[in-house]
Amino acid sequence: MAASASERMILDARGSFCPGPLMELIRGIKQAKVGEELEVWSSDQGSKKDIPFWIQKAGHQLLSVVEEQGYTRFIVKKLK
Amino acid sequence: MFSPFDIAFIHGRAKGQTVTNMADRLSLVVFSGTVDKLYPVAIMASGAVALGKEVEIFVTFYGLEAFVKGQPQKNMKMDVNYPEIGPMMMKVMMEKKMPSWYDMLVQAKELGTIKIHACATTYDLMGMKKTDLDPIVDDVIGVTEFLTRASEGGITLFI
Repeated sequence: MAASASERMILDARGSFCPGPLMELIRGIKQAKVGEELEVWSSDQGSKKDIPFWIQKAGHQLLSVVEEQGYTRFIVKKLK
Repeated sequence: MFSPFDIAFIHGRAKGQTVTNMADRLSLVVFSGTVDKLYPVAIMASGAVALGKEVEIFVTFYGLEAFVKGQPQKNMKMDVNYPEIGPMMMKVMMEKKMPSWYDMLVQAKELGTIKIHACATTYDLMGMKKTDLDPIVDDVIGVTEFLTRASEGGITLFI
């Protein structure tokens, strides 16, 4: 069962520039336990490519990408 | 007969380093001390850490000056060749609250393996002491040691 948004660690990196949001996500992933879900929020355009690319390379799972007004939410599951 | 890879591997082992994949390394020679060039240093080091690469940064000449204690907070110098763009970019970065190159580098260093080496030649020439340098600097090494580390693999850039 998918975790609800309230159970997820939310990393609000809006206003931060490349590679800030990705660095926030890496920091969050380090702190999280395997199987936990995290959400990173970014208003940086580069994140749309950088974050999914990093998640794939690092071997985690990108659950969804949600476009909001002026920013994007990336929902990630830590797999290892 | 050892291949260059074996030699690099043995060298790494002999120095007690954790040797994973030699190509996973980014080495930067930082010669410049202007903020506009220190940003790419911090951003590329961050990107390299994100990809799990080790980063070796050799700071020399004006680059070493930028790592003298107090300088990272004080230095606002931009390349004088771009008087029409430099100050404007600096203003935009401050308005948009972009973290300083130094804060980005500190953050990247917390997340991954980044070693910052001061160039022994500049250090000696300027009569510096370890206490003159910002604590982010790990050690003082000569060019041969840096080149040995850089030649162990990956990408090397001069900035």
